[in-house]
Amino acid sequence: MNNSPIKNPMPTQDPSVRAKNFDEVALGYTEEQVRSEAARCLNCKNKPCRAGCPVGIDIPAFIQKINEGDYEGAYRVISKSSSLAAVCGRVCPQETQCESKCVRGIKGEPVAIGRLERFVADWHNAHRTEETEKVERNGRRVAVVGSGPAGLSCAGELNARGYDVTVFEALHTAGGVLVYGIPEFRLPKSIVKAEIDNLKAKGVAFETNTVVGRTLLIDELFEDGFDAVFVGSGAGLPNFMKVKGEDLNGVYSANEFLTRVNLMKAYKNCADTPIKHSKAVAVVGGGNVAMDAARSALRLGAEKVYIVYRRSETELPARKEEVEHAKEEGVEFVMLTAPIEVLGDEHKNVSALRCQKMALGEPDASGRRRPEPISNSEFDLACDCIIVAIGTSPNPLIKDTTPGISVNPRGCIITDEHGKTMRDMVYAGGDAVTGAATVILAMGAGKDAAAYIDEAIKTKYSK
Amino acid sequence: MYEILEKQALNPTVTRMVISAPRVAKKAQAGQFIILRVDDEGERIPLTVADYDRANGTVTVIYQIVGATTLRLDRLGVGDCVCDFVGPLGKPTELDGLKKVAVIGGGVGCAIAFPVAKKLHELGATVHSVIGFRNRDLVILENEFKAVSEKLKLVTDDGSAGEKGLVTDALKTLVEAGNVYDEVIAIGPLVMMKFVCRLTKEYGIKTVVSMNPIMIDGTGMCGGCRLTIGGKMKFACVDGPDFDGHEVDFDEAIERGKMYREFERRAYEKECNLLKQSK
Repeated sequence: MNNSPIKNPMPTQDPSVRAKNFDEVALGYTEEQVRSEAARCLNCKNKPCRAGCPVGIDIPAFIQKINEGDYEGAYRVISKSSSLAAVCGRVCPQETQCESKCVRGIKGEPVAIGRLERFVADWHNAHRTEETEKVERNGRRVAVVGSGPAGLSCAGELNARGYDVTVFEALHTAGGVLVYGIPEFRLPKSIVKAEIDNLKAKGVAFETNTVVGRTLLIDELFEDGFDAVFVGSGAGLPNFMKVKGEDLNGVYSANEFLTRVNLMKAYKNCADTPIKHSKAVAVVGGGNVAMDAARSALRLGAEKVYIVYRRSETELPARKEEVEHAKEEGVEFVMLTAPIEVLGDEHKNVSALRCQKMALGEPDASGRRRPEPISNSEFDLACDCIIVAIGTSPNPLIKDTTPGISVNPRGCIITDEHGKTMRDMVYAGGDAVTGAATVILAMGAGKDAAAYIDEAIKTKYSK
Repeated sequence: MYEILEKQALNPTVTRMVISAPRVAKKAQAGQFIILRVDDEGERIPLTVADYDRANGTVTVIYQIVGATTLRLDRLGVGDCVCDFVGPLGKPTELDGLKKVAVIGGGVGCAIAFPVAKKLHELGATVHSVIGFRNRDLVILENEFKAVSEKLKLVTDDGSAGEKGLVTDALKTLVEAGNVYDEVIAIGPLVMMKFVCRLTKEYGIKTVVSMNPIMIDGTGMCGGCRLTIGGKMKFACVDGPDFDGHEVDFDEAIERGKMYREFERRAYEKECNLLKQSK
């Protein structure tokens, strides 16, 4: 038993070094650290941590396997519930999920569950044997639309239940937001690729360059003999600020900026896809995407990077760890500030962001205190690039081309408690249903939908 | 991988390619576009569908060699493959119900205007085509346009082929000769479309233009292709590429098109140097 009230700290690259490279920031526990951290787990009988996990991983069980030195066994426990352990160990907001329920957290810090998960997944990937257990096929086919976290977990789960699964992806690389959105320094692309290769080895088929709603319609998938369809097309449509000057050169949506950097590899100097190398960058928004964009801009060589957020630091929706990392690297936080106009030079390039100071008023519908403008507080923040990271909405393409699917006023697909849309045998989950949320919630939705799809197909064909 | 089945130089800088892409061919319609990547390190470039053959599963694209990617694409030949080819993207051009239309093409824009003229002709509409080029050497698709147009006016900046003048001059002549058009469809450089729209606004003729801004994914995800249409933000990839020309803020689109000019020039020169070394 390790009675230390604090977590084993995560080894990281030095901030001054990492702010100039795209290599992974967190280096991962050593075996010694992982054993020391695992020994902090009380192995509680009622497992409160498990209730905090959207996919219900048996956390104390995998930690006990670590205590026994059986890392592969630990991986097997995790993989019963999660098909993307190496990803979740890196990007899950554990502090508000499993770790927030940990009994050790009452007097001190909780067990570093995420770091342990990451170690186990990386250990498995490094020691993986070629053989993968093939499940007996049941002859039924399911189409999965989108290869992000929801689609991948749904595909993995259905495959394990014996279905022939084909995942359709609009872009040229599978992975969805894991490859176009989350930067290399937080989630190396090789990790995502390994997870996808793993699914391929188990029998899941992937078809890239296929836009469902354009190249193929959901009706045609049924004509082609698929028994059910799962829509995990995410929330890919960027929201803009709707302020004057947003059309100026140098204003990016976070989606565009991150896609250029990540998917199109603009972080390498040899990439064909251009990106603006700016001196001063203002990122508007306070979520994880804003942190990713700010830290990417810094790594591309910006001298000044600002996070402009209309509430105060306490309300920042980003993970605490991401905020801390961004600060350590030199990102400046301009809080209680809202953009009101983008200013440009004679060549229509961005020259500044005109802002207004805010004060927090009464709580609004979201329960957070509403920011209210302070009169005569306008000021100009000099910058040559602005990245808009104020959220995304679901893409209307599937709704527009699929009779029988309905969406709510925010454009999110309407489903029942089983993930079923208004149309028979069409299920949906992840950001396409909830609006922009987290990787693990999307995974949970994909996994749950897989179970309901299994049930629906079995019911249909047992008649 | 998507195999190149035919390749033909239409003029020194414009090439026509027929590419095997059965799923895209099955769905493609006039006015839509595809996005391709030449190789695994390449960027995604949008190209308009110039023609398609559903039975043979092929899509024809016509491109002008303007930058590093098109230069690299042009180094491929019959039997080679491009690594990615996705589509059809965007909304098809709406042509139903049109009786008499003036189709205006400028430069390589004629490659996009031609399938529209052809489709209109097939639908039984009267087509008057105006195609404009800088000079004789750059003329493309003249015979193809002739075959589907009741009237064809060819103009060049220097008069080396057809009449000397701009497409707007030719359109003005047609309108003032008493031709009444349901619609004008103009496809070409932004400046050309801007001036066609200025002219047709005076005449009160509805005008549709095809916009081709910088984009990445082509599915509404990046927002890089945003345009101001009637004071509202629209994405060319999902809301277009066709828009009411009288609503388009062309000046803004022209400025946004210059965003990466310096980068593009350097990339093109680098690619040219590589090409020279490999020869």
